[in-house]
Amino acid sequence: MLSRVANSLYWMVRYIERADNLARLIEVNEQLVLDLGKIDRETLAALWRPVIASTGDEELFDEAHPDGQQSEAIHFLTVDRENPNSIASCVALARENARMVRDQLAEALWEELNGLYLFVNSDEGAWKLANDAAGYYEQIRRATHSFHGIAAATTLRGEAWDFMDLGRHLERADKTTRFLDITTFLERRIDEFGLTVDEHWLAILRSCGGLGAFRMKYRAKFKPRNIAEFLILSSDFPRSVRFCVDRVDQSLHAISGTPRGGFSDDAEIKSGQLLSALAYASIDDVLDGGLHVYLDSLQTRLNDIGEEIFRTYVLLPEQIEDRPPIPANTVSAVVRWQMEQQQQ
Amino acid sequence: MFDRYTTDSFYDEMFEADGSLRGQCGDLFERFSQFEPEEFEARRNACDAHFLKQGVTFNVYHDNRGSERIFPFDPVPRVIPANEWEHLEAGLSQRIIALNLFLHDVYHEQQILKDGVIPRYYVEQAKHYRPEFRGVDVPKDIYIHICGSDLIRGDDGTYYVLEDNGRCPSGASYLLENRNALKRAFPALFDSMGVRSVDSYPRELRDMLEFISPHREGDAVCVLLTPGCYNSAYFEHCYLAREMGIEIVEGNDLVVIDDFVYMRTTKGLVRVDVIYRRIDDDFIDPTVFRKDSVLGVPGIMRAYRAGNVALANAVGTGVADDKATYYFVPKMIEYYLGQEPILPNVPTYLAHEDSDRKYILDHLPELVVKSANESGGYGMLMGPTASREEIAKFRDKIIDDPRNFIAQPVVSLSRCPTWCDGSFEGRHVDLRPYIVYGNQVKIVPGGLTRVALNKGSLVVNSSQGGGSKDTWVLKD
Repeated sequence: MLSRVANSLYWMVRYIERADNLARLIEVNEQLVLDLGKIDRETLAALWRPVIASTGDEELFDEAHPDGQQSEAIHFLTVDRENPNSIASCVALARENARMVRDQLAEALWEELNGLYLFVNSDEGAWKLANDAAGYYEQIRRATHSFHGIAAATTLRGEAWDFMDLGRHLERADKTTRFLDITTFLERRIDEFGLTVDEHWLAILRSCGGLGAFRMKYRAKFKPRNIAEFLILSSDFPRSVRFCVDRVDQSLHAISGTPRGGFSDDAEIKSGQLLSALAYASIDDVLDGGLHVYLDSLQTRLNDIGEEIFRTYVLLPEQIEDRPPIPANTVSAVVRWQMEQQQQ
Repeated sequence: MFDRYTTDSFYDEMFEADGSLRGQCGDLFERFSQFEPEEFEARRNACDAHFLKQGVTFNVYHDNRGSERIFPFDPVPRVIPANEWEHLEAGLSQRIIALNLFLHDVYHEQQILKDGVIPRYYVEQAKHYRPEFRGVDVPKDIYIHICGSDLIRGDDGTYYVLEDNGRCPSGASYLLENRNALKRAFPALFDSMGVRSVDSYPRELRDMLEFISPHREGDAVCVLLTPGCYNSAYFEHCYLAREMGIEIVEGNDLVVIDDFVYMRTTKGLVRVDVIYRRIDDDFIDPTVFRKDSVLGVPGIMRAYRAGNVALANAVGTGVADDKATYYFVPKMIEYYLGQEPILPNVPTYLAHEDSDRKYILDHLPELVVKSANESGGYGMLMGPTASREEIAKFRDKIIDDPRNFIAQPVVSLSRCPTWCDGSFEGRHVDLRPYIVYGNQVKIVPGGLTRVALNKGSLVVNSSQGGGSKDTWVLKD
């Protein structure tokens, strides 16, 4: 498989996963806010801070909206194309990556993604967001799930699949840590908001789509400690960090052909190390040094794995180190003009 | 639905001059006459929605948001009876064979120039002539592997060749997608009328690529080289690559080592044998042509000269579709094949010839003037509809650089019924068949019929308000 194609498939799925997570997070937060009854504008705005913080785009938001109100926060997270991580931007980037490798995708897969893109950019989409926000986010989630479903049903289990799986689980693990980290922020101001501890931990669980699974496993003992354990260390919940890293490790070994347990490149070393750290950790280890610090280190390690994947498979052999691929969203006017050359 | 239809004394693809139906269109007329306008409109919208959903689009340049559009599609097909198609096939085959012999000749002995059949000047001054490729042998001596010749019909129904697109002809994907759309919209008609299938195109293209491979016969690694995702034809590039089951690559994906071309894959470098390139000569190798090209592959021309990689189309084919060269194609057919041309050219004046130039300058308001190397409807003067200023501007341009201009009388292109705001009206059409030259000449039975959607317009280019139709070639 072409290195550029691998890279595009990987990012296509990461962006889809990101849009899905964001849709769920916004939806859950909207519900949470509704439960609080009458609250003033400032508190309302403050309740959206942790969500924006979790996407890592706080600075951008503050610049554009110094007086960031709830409606602005929702707009920024959902449809603002100036925000590179809004749902609309993620969908557009996923589609742009898909367009570049369209020849590699099942027709139905492309159509699903293209349909989502058309919906997000349509009047129908705008109307729905304004009049039936829950329905809007639900439609986004359904489309991304349908995307994953079609991919699972139509993609050859080869390299293309492995790179897509890699993108999906790396992004998913990263988002789970970021959602959990929202609790760090909320706990500091919990009284101010009039939230109970249970409520906001439950919201996190719901954002990760893990409410049902948690009930089965912990019999509704919604203690923060249990929820953190479930979302970080559980070996069988598909959005837990450990589960995702296990899949990342599996995909990396499938791509290189190296048996698991061993390694043939730096990406495999890093994923293997992280996986064993998670497999042998207890929730006490995690909480001892503070949850935030632990989550921070997880994010760094996940990023490192992502970088090693790029170095190993995209930058590849020595001949091409001096000619890095042109990322689609940063092409210069000159490149664009050249690409637009005449066709007869 | 056809009650108010008039042919307005143009040659019409569905009706005879006296208003009676052409034989091949019987079933089509029957079926379409039964529709209520709303129902027909609904089918058309379904076609558009299908194209949009599938992303069958072209990129619109200089438009930052929403830069993709669907190519306007008209659901009334153009029907070509079997005997007419045989005639076209014979004429187009003859033409591509002559063009390839000409290209081989001008890049080798140049006998046709020595014999004075074509003045040397026209070839050597052609913008896309590549003298640096004289003496280079290309695989199987084929230069134009894919040709998209544009045909028009005049008042009496005669087919003329308007131009030969022998560099990077595009549009074949729309031909295939238009067919898919019509099969969904009017499935029953295909059986009753006996429409020939166009499905073979990607396979024939792939077979041709395999055929010209310099090595690994039958197991060649073929790729499609695209300028990138901002190119107007990017959809087509992906579409064809997928249909052929080959990789689509950008310049950066390829690297030349020791005069062999490789693609960069996750498993290391893989040698490439054949490149279907959809990137112009100018950009293909920054070490030989444009130095500032970031799209090309440094060193690819060395590999090409060494015979280690095949390119379709070959380098330097632009000299054959220069509009001044076009003038000489009938002479080439006589010279190389000793045959009468089956398909005539549109009468053409060469501004570089004194007497022709005088005629052109005296008759500008009646003529169509074209620059020798533009396409897409750019660089053109439509005399009868041009303003005085435009005519004056072209007069200066012609006097400045006569080599670069030809002129033709206005041919009133044939018309075809077209769905316009709730009823059928006649609109002018041309036809682009796709000719593939590998082991033998293959022409997919059909083609892209382009239609000038604006009332009275003769310009069919998508960049100038044109749309397209499906083309039905009938079985005997």
